[in-house]
Amino acid sequence: MALPLQVQAEIVGREPAGAYHRLVLRAPGIAARVEPGHFVAVAIGGVDSAMLLRRAFSIHRADPAAETIEVVFAEAGRGTRELARLRVGDSVNVVAPLGTPFPLPAEPVSAVMVAGGYGSAPMFALAERIVADGGSVAFVLGAATAQRLYGVDQAQAITEDVVVTTDDGSEGVRGFVTGPLPEVLTAVEADVVYACGPMGMLRAVTEVASAHDARVFTAVEESMACGVGVCMTCVLPVVGDDGVSRFVRSCVDGPCFDGTKVRWDDAGTIPADIEGAAAMGAH
Amino acid sequence: MTDGYGGFADNFADNEDAGDFDDAPPSTIMLPGGGIDLATRIGSTLLPNPVTTASGCAGYGKELAKFFEPAAIGAVVTKTIMPYPRSGRATPRMAETPSGMLNSIGLQGPGIDAFVERDLPWLAARGGRTIVSIAGGHVDDFVALAERLKGAPGVVGIEANISCPNVANRGQVFACNPATSYDVIRAVRDVADPQVPVLAKLSPDVTSIVDIARACVEAGADGLSMINTLLGMAIDPDTMKPVLAGITGGLSGPAVRPVAVRCVYQVHAAMLDGQMAQVPIVGMGGIRTGLDALEFVLAGAAAVSVGTVIFNDPSSPVRILDELRAALIARGFGSLEAAIGYAHR
Repeated sequence: MALPLQVQAEIVGREPAGAYHRLVLRAPGIAARVEPGHFVAVAIGGVDSAMLLRRAFSIHRADPAAETIEVVFAEAGRGTRELARLRVGDSVNVVAPLGTPFPLPAEPVSAVMVAGGYGSAPMFALAERIVADGGSVAFVLGAATAQRLYGVDQAQAITEDVVVTTDDGSEGVRGFVTGPLPEVLTAVEADVVYACGPMGMLRAVTEVASAHDARVFTAVEESMACGVGVCMTCVLPVVGDDGVSRFVRSCVDGPCFDGTKVRWDDAGTIPADIEGAAAMGAH
Repeated sequence: MTDGYGGFADNFADNEDAGDFDDAPPSTIMLPGGGIDLATRIGSTLLPNPVTTASGCAGYGKELAKFFEPAAIGAVVTKTIMPYPRSGRATPRMAETPSGMLNSIGLQGPGIDAFVERDLPWLAARGGRTIVSIAGGHVDDFVALAERLKGAPGVVGIEANISCPNVANRGQVFACNPATSYDVIRAVRDVADPQVPVLAKLSPDVTSIVDIARACVEAGADGLSMINTLLGMAIDPDTMKPVLAGITGGLSGPAVRPVAVRCVYQVHAAMLDGQMAQVPIVGMGGIRTGLDALEFVLAGAAAVSVGTVIFNDPSSPVRILDELRAALIARGFGSLEAAIGYAHR
């Protein structure tokens, strides 16, 4: 596991990207430690900020030579609105790299990258790594609308096998990523699926991949307060190797999980068989 | 690995793996003394400095060791330990609020056995001083936990969490009533290692915190930890439902600091006034800077805990220690002790 650093990062680039913003941060020492699937926790404002909780973003790209990392984000609330106001030359406090990254195959594989919206952010660096290691990749990128797709051009720069879906049909195939996914998995004889996006999508992708006997690794988007493993707010019910289900932390044990180990349907509940559930009744 | 994916399943086998960063250099090294005596005493325990982590905000020390050496601060106060593994509540478990947050974790934890066998030895080996927060549903649970901690390595204190709002009978926590507070603290003090001070963690959600504090001191508490979170809630205007799965949660962060300072001030005043024996107060509630910590010291705290702000700034305990030291020196104090309760003079 890479040791995270807490540094003051300078914004050296920012640009709109469809419905999103892309930020380039010069964060000394961090880029060289980043693996695809790692995330960064960004503080909102300075020491007097009324927003205490860091915002977590998967790292889009990391360039060790330039000492930069990139993130893609949507303006979805107070914190991200604040981030969107920052300009080149401003600085933000970041902690990175955090989390358990995507596992990389030990041998060349046929991989399918599935993402919803800007969930695609970490997928391009991962795909490039798989291709560099002698494997092949295909992409299925989906979003509600064409505006909310991210990185179709980046995917097309890596592979010809790029399928796009939108809920409203404004680009690509109308519908969800799980529509064309079975056909893609068959066509490329997929060994493994990597997915990032909302919980419902990850659950559905896990089902499709499992039905095709492909491994499936999912990066979850769970809200978290600390990002470093101490607050216990970002837990998900996950089956351990010992067969026992536990609430595990998305920030350190994830965000990348074996999709078949996550109990998607039980998220947001206390399953009766989860470790320690019995103790909840007493008091 | 047998499935060809490097290291992945290992993350499930033991996600607390101790080998991750044992070789990492400490990110911060405390300078000895720094020109002022910061040592502080809680019962028979002498801490080299007054900054501790607040229970529930620092895990069992290990995660934060990536950001600072546990031994650099006065003590690590652990997340509350209970007799058995406990799942905690359903998610969502938190909501950001102005200058603070609500949490509704529900005391998720591994239970005392795993803690004593796995987490405590790690902290001790790292040179950390540990104040173990304990809780249970009955006096017997507290007694069993205090018994189990006898002779455990690195334990310099026990904090009896009689005030967690995230339990099923919230609003009826032990710390809402002087008699039940007395019973728990008396029982823990009776069985705990005599060399290990017992602290009572108090709730601000009471009509008279002085009455509760007095009961705890009469029961033998060697110190008082003030304050736990305030019971609160938030409703999402879009879904029009409570944000937290547990509906209510504990409010923490700088938003609660004036309440916490008031509680410390009132109890310290009652001690000065002879209404109860004088014991050290560990002050906490929204400490973000050294000046915030100083505010608690001036109100009467002999030590402070840094909590929610760790989520914002994981290295904040050592920063706050440095800032507090500088603030004391700048005001001409020759020692921490000289500043304790200064606002009352």
